[in-house]
Amino acid sequence: MTATTSSSAATATPSPLTDATRDEASLRRFLHGLPGVDQVGVEQRAAGLGTRSIKKAAKLWAIDTAISMVDLTTLEGADTQGKVRALAAKAKRPDPERPDTPRVAAVCVYPDMVETAVEALQGTGIHVASVATGFPAGRTSREIKLADTKIAVDAGAAEIDMVIDRGAFLEGRYLAVFEEIQAIKAACGSAHLKVILETGELATYDNVRRASWLALLAGGDFIKTSTGKVSPAATLPVTHVMLQAVRDWFVQTGELRGVKPAGGIRTTKDAIKYLVAVHEVAGEQWLTPDLFRFGASSLLNDLLLQRRTQADGHYSGPDYVTVD
Amino acid sequence: MGIFEYAPAPESRDLANLKPHYRPFVNGEFVDGSGEPLKTINPATEEVLAEVGTASVSDVDTAVKAARKAYTGVWSKMPGSERAKYLFRIARLIQERSRELAVLESLDNGKPIKESRDSDVPTAAAHFFYHAGWADKLDYAGYGPNPKPLGVAGQVIPWNFPLLMLAWKIAPALATGNTVVLKPAETTPLTALVFAEICRQAELPPGVVNILPGAGDIGAALVGHGDVNKVAFTGSTEVGKAIQRQIAGTSKKLTLELGGKAANIVFDDAALDQAVEGIVNGIFFNQGHVCCAGSRLLVQESIAEELLEKLRHRVSTLRLGDPLDKNTDIGAINSAEQLAKIKGLVESGDAEGAERWTSPCPVPERGFFFAPTVFSEVQQSMRIAREEIFGPVLSVLTFRTPDEAVTKANNTPYGLSAGIWTEKGSRILWMANQLRAGVVWANTFNRFDPAAPFGGYQESGFGREGGRTGLEAYLDV
Repeated sequence: MTATTSSSAATATPSPLTDATRDEASLRRFLHGLPGVDQVGVEQRAAGLGTRSIKKAAKLWAIDTAISMVDLTTLEGADTQGKVRALAAKAKRPDPERPDTPRVAAVCVYPDMVETAVEALQGTGIHVASVATGFPAGRTSREIKLADTKIAVDAGAAEIDMVIDRGAFLEGRYLAVFEEIQAIKAACGSAHLKVILETGELATYDNVRRASWLALLAGGDFIKTSTGKVSPAATLPVTHVMLQAVRDWFVQTGELRGVKPAGGIRTTKDAIKYLVAVHEVAGEQWLTPDLFRFGASSLLNDLLLQRRTQADGHYSGPDYVTVD
Repeated sequence: MGIFEYAPAPESRDLANLKPHYRPFVNGEFVDGSGEPLKTINPATEEVLAEVGTASVSDVDTAVKAARKAYTGVWSKMPGSERAKYLFRIARLIQERSRELAVLESLDNGKPIKESRDSDVPTAAAHFFYHAGWADKLDYAGYGPNPKPLGVAGQVIPWNFPLLMLAWKIAPALATGNTVVLKPAETTPLTALVFAEICRQAELPPGVVNILPGAGDIGAALVGHGDVNKVAFTGSTEVGKAIQRQIAGTSKKLTLELGGKAANIVFDDAALDQAVEGIVNGIFFNQGHVCCAGSRLLVQESIAEELLEKLRHRVSTLRLGDPLDKNTDIGAINSAEQLAKIKGLVESGDAEGAERWTSPCPVPERGFFFAPTVFSEVQQSMRIAREEIFGPVLSVLTFRTPDEAVTKANNTPYGLSAGIWTEKGSRILWMANQLRAGVVWANTFNRFDPAAPFGGYQESGFGREGGRTGLEAYLDV
């Protein structure tokens, strides 16, 4: 299976990288040969970049860009068709009174809700993303994960957010994680694959870097920090490490892959700090919804409120944006 | 810088309370010095900031006499716990007036406001707090019971960290019971004179601190004055040597903190992205106007190309420009003279065959600016590998083995600081023992703390400032 399904990613990568995934030992050597991440240094850099001054025109630009990068998400056990339809409506017209507000990038739902979301978003260009592969724990068999993915794709999901097997990763069975990502990528067909590393469970920045490369080697189109169900979810330093990984990947292969921090990003101020990181760590090429997304549910309303504040000159309060 | 333009965020220059005239501070009063007044300029715009009265040789004598009188009459007799109160008061006043001092420092020196605000001024206050703590504990500093002060300290400081160097000099001198005559650098006298106001606010007894703006001749007169017991100098190696010659044979105690050409050594197993940050911080902090700047990057050959690629990408994101803008990473070169010196050395790098890369960042038309520059293919024999450039210019050399790294790092007349980047703890310890440098940073760079002694080897000077060791320079032990 791996020989054929990996072809799309593997043929594009230069041979040192394909050699890296030849067998368990090579993969381990490669991942452990990546430069380490110094915790003090990366946290210091993340804090330093957070102080860039973004105001007025720069802030408006950042807010609109951030809105266009949102994967509007509902991942509750209590999700209903009604909830998903409401979210789809919000995605189409984030601020009903301001038609110039950009649309979000995608709506992200569980596989069983894909059909509803696709229907509600027909013809809008807004993607439907779905968390497949036994989200959020991923503790189920390969067959079920593949079936989960297939169901979502068949129902029209354009993007699949998969969780990696953290247990296998922490056991050092990197090849198993790699093959599973490849298999899911194959099952995605033309849908884009976002690989959720669940960085809160990986614990160290070194592990975040290794998992990022593992996902990139296996053909993930995006690397994503978290399910949002584990604390800590997305953090700025973790995102710095992942942005560095996609940049390094680009330098080595010429391919552009994306990053998606998810979970815990609630304010415009935070979102802007992430955009500054995208800009200065990866590069301005990444400042597009094609290569950077926010996984968030409550962030959008704060962005809308701040957008209004910029335009009106005063803050209007949470009653002026819709709750969905 | 492309599609994401950050908003300009200039700090208000009004905060500096800039006055048209400043005067020397002697015996607790601002006085008219009899020297020729000098004009201090803003290096970012070349405009005149203020006219500053300077001292003449006779004023030096007056100031030293005032310091002597304060020393014998008041300060040396005062219990340490009382001296501590003054130092704590000064420290708190520096904090209270921190914005004013930060803006004034950036105007006069050209350094970015984020550095004067987040580094210079808080660290200056920290030095007074730290030494205030020592003032009543000198019996326990390890120099025997009741160590005695030396008397009058003549202190000469440079233009790269005007207020911070003042704090490094004055705080330990006062804590140990000495009185002070200090000459700030010709191009950056303003924060020292605001510090004089702070001394008055703190009701420091007259004569304990005296500040004499002026050029090198005033420094020489101060250093050579017969009634000065202790000389402390931070500045160029050339001037340091002249001072050493000048006072040779006298009983004056001397500490010198001079130039440097620090090696920042990156091994192939280092955390590369953070090493890049450390390299940037090591050489581009304060426009490279740092005596302990990591101006010689030694990279293991096996990763040199990869590291350079990362470094160039990172350096091209540095924002050069208005020092008062909070987004500015690199400010102005302090003077036209310094800019010319940097350009001269960079040209020698070109002529001797090093490969020059300059950040594509926009450079303001007015003011003294120099875009961040990285020289690769540098060899030990080149001037840019041996001489201190004192600007935002990095020379990159390579090595093959740890032994070679040590040999190359130590192959310099200087020895102020060094950096080691490796994930291997045993190598850090081994290297730190081999390197001839006063400070060795591991997986970080340019970190300062009042409790950590700082000073050099060889042509980087002698004596230590800061920490318990730093007290020794101001005590009769």
